[in-house]
Amino acid sequence: MKHELFEKNSLILLIGILIVVSIGGLVQIAPLFWVDSTIEKVKGMRPYSPLEQAGRDIYVREGCYGCHSQMVRTLRDEVERYGHYSLAAESMYDHPFQWGSKRTGPDLARVGGKYSDQWHSEHLINPRAVVPESIMPGYPWLAESKLEVRDTGDKLRTLRRVGVPYSDDMLANAQQDLIAQVSPDSRIAADFLRRYPKAKVAKFDNKVGTPPSELDALVAYLQMLGTLVDFATFDASGPNLR
Amino acid sequence: MAENSVDGRAARADCVALVGCLVCAGFGAAWLFASDSAGLAFHGLLLLVASLAALGCVVEFSFDSVRRLPTGYMDGPIKVAAIAGLIWGIVGFVVGDVLAWQLAFPALNLDLPWTSFGRLRPLHTSAVIFAFGGNVLIATSLYVVQRTCRARLPGRWAPWFVVWGYQLFVLIAGTGYLLGITQSKEYAEPEWYADLWLTVVWVVYLAIFLGTLAKRKEPHIYVANWFYLAFIVTIAMLHLVNNAAVPVSLTSAKSYIVYAGVQDAMTQWWYGHNAVGFFLTAGFLGIMYYFIPKRVERPIYSYRLSIVHFWTLIFLYIWAGPHHLHYTALPDWAQTLGMTFSIMLWMPSWGGMINGLMTLSGAWDKLRTDPVVRFLVVSVAFYGMSTFEGPVMSIKAVNSLSHYTDWTIGHVHSGALGWVAMVSFGALYCLLPWLWGRRSLYSLRLAEWHFWTATLGILLYITAMWVSGITQGLMWRAYDRLGFLQYSFIETVEAMRPYYIIRAIGGLLFITGALIMAFNVWRTLRGDEPVDASERPLLASAPQLEIGATT
Repeated sequence: MKHELFEKNSLILLIGILIVVSIGGLVQIAPLFWVDSTIEKVKGMRPYSPLEQAGRDIYVREGCYGCHSQMVRTLRDEVERYGHYSLAAESMYDHPFQWGSKRTGPDLARVGGKYSDQWHSEHLINPRAVVPESIMPGYPWLAESKLEVRDTGDKLRTLRRVGVPYSDDMLANAQQDLIAQVSPDSRIAADFLRRYPKAKVAKFDNKVGTPPSELDALVAYLQMLGTLVDFATFDASGPNLR
Repeated sequence: MAENSVDGRAARADCVALVGCLVCAGFGAAWLFASDSAGLAFHGLLLLVASLAALGCVVEFSFDSVRRLPTGYMDGPIKVAAIAGLIWGIVGFVVGDVLAWQLAFPALNLDLPWTSFGRLRPLHTSAVIFAFGGNVLIATSLYVVQRTCRARLPGRWAPWFVVWGYQLFVLIAGTGYLLGITQSKEYAEPEWYADLWLTVVWVVYLAIFLGTLAKRKEPHIYVANWFYLAFIVTIAMLHLVNNAAVPVSLTSAKSYIVYAGVQDAMTQWWYGHNAVGFFLTAGFLGIMYYFIPKRVERPIYSYRLSIVHFWTLIFLYIWAGPHHLHYTALPDWAQTLGMTFSIMLWMPSWGGMINGLMTLSGAWDKLRTDPVVRFLVVSVAFYGMSTFEGPVMSIKAVNSLSHYTDWTIGHVHSGALGWVAMVSFGALYCLLPWLWGRRSLYSLRLAEWHFWTATLGILLYITAMWVSGITQGLMWRAYDRLGFLQYSFIETVEAMRPYYIIRAIGGLLFITGALIMAFNVWRTLRGDEPVDASERPLLASAPQLEIGATT
């Protein structure tokens, strides 16, 4: 075929380009939506609670992905430093994914439960108060900012629209569940735990009696990262082998 | 008769422009008054003001009783994009250097939301890639397509809309990050409404580019235009697919991406790597294929190589994304495909580099006498270096060390500073005197100073990042004699400090060069007599379009 065909017809050139640049994406992306083994079958995964999701939105807003990954690779030193390598299933409800591409700070995929709520609060307000050599920015305004709760239901509804399996019950009680997670030992907290089993209920910023702050939400999110999958029942060499 | 029909078309164009301005103003007002989100209300205000300003311009010129026939090439919008590119470039470099100092001295984050690293970082990347690079691409592509087709851009308002609409996009995106409005997908941070606005601008950009090709008086479409066309079309495809999102409500700035987890990761890096491949490579190769032959007054080394270069480059690049996801939860088959195609990509990359460099055959002496040629040629050399480094880093064993470290940052900057910025500077040094009808640059000696400060800055930057990246990668995986990890994470952070300072100094040098350029450009456009005229090489701008050749 003579190349003249493309050089003399702008539309044929355009169509040629479109075909050539479409192939790679079709081969690499499309199968991920229908090959079953892409996402492991695991026990324990649930959608984020309203407070955790609000914390995740703050994580997204502040651009934390610029310095922190959430993806433990299948390498010996990473598994020893951070814990079990990350599974695809663990980010199946992440819109958007936050695997990151740079570790100016450590990986956070399994940071949940490693430090106390108080450590996280102090660290976020002034990182150098707890880690003198840290180069992380301080986020003191999170402690002062009241968390926006009015759009909680709308956010969860939008997430359901893009595929997160929130039940009608979860949507109807979204705002109440958010409050419940910072109200330990309350009646609504018991309700909340029925919908989100094993979720952590606490006043994360240690300021009991105040309305939920942005710091509450972010710490709640950090404290659940990597804690959902039950690795006691996970068999990497079983049906999950890819 | 001919005049009537031109008049009729102009009137129609004016009507469309008026309606467009009013519709945009309506959206702006709606967001300004109806949105709960302060950020979106502010962006509504920006859109409203921009629409009213545009409306003013359209009205002003529509009622112009002396309706002049459009003659010659349409260079007004190109001038705007070229100058905007230079200004945004300096903004982007400065923000980048602020970030570099923040990493060495964290107190510089100031404990304020809008000055913290996480919010400034996308401002830096978007400012240099989309605001600086994008404007240079728009300016050069619209210049080149007219000259190589010997045809005027179509449309009375469309090219102006593309250029100013793009600046509005940049403004909305950039201020959004500072206010915390972001999707947090790398290089695709703008939220849903900014994405929609960019889509409209981009479709018009494609239309005027194709329209110029369709009107061409040359039988063949010139090589540079293939690359520009591939850049425009592919970026449109990537942008639409990767940014598919559902807004929480029409008056909310927040949206959720439709993909999740592993699928989102794959889609994102398919986009992310090809923002590099098509925005920062194919588009700038279009610049290389026009400005190097033009400046050195030699034909392209091999036409056949251009054809092979073009099709293999665009076919292979699109597969390379998964090399950003080695050893992650992405299925192995996709990782292996990504690695394989990345290595194959070395071939077309170097084919293109050879084609660019060998165009200097018989004119190598210009490398000594013309600093602008030196910008262009050294940029191609950096292109060759970083397209060699890239495939090496895409090999899984190497990537296990380099990934997540500063080595990646160094690699990106050898491409972004060494290739993209240097070729942009070279092209702008050619383009600006041509556009303003000046005999030459105000001072070639200042261009020389720019060249050396920028080159030294780049070398400091990338060597510092090689050392810090490899050091940190090795420290993370180091074991002591008892079989325990030798270093805590924070010890590896401490070790980076000297390199962060060297990098920031390199950045300062690079900014200094850009400021020298800004001064030189200002004196050139003001019409100052060139100071080193005797050393001046011949000027090689394309001849003007003949009057009446526009219809």
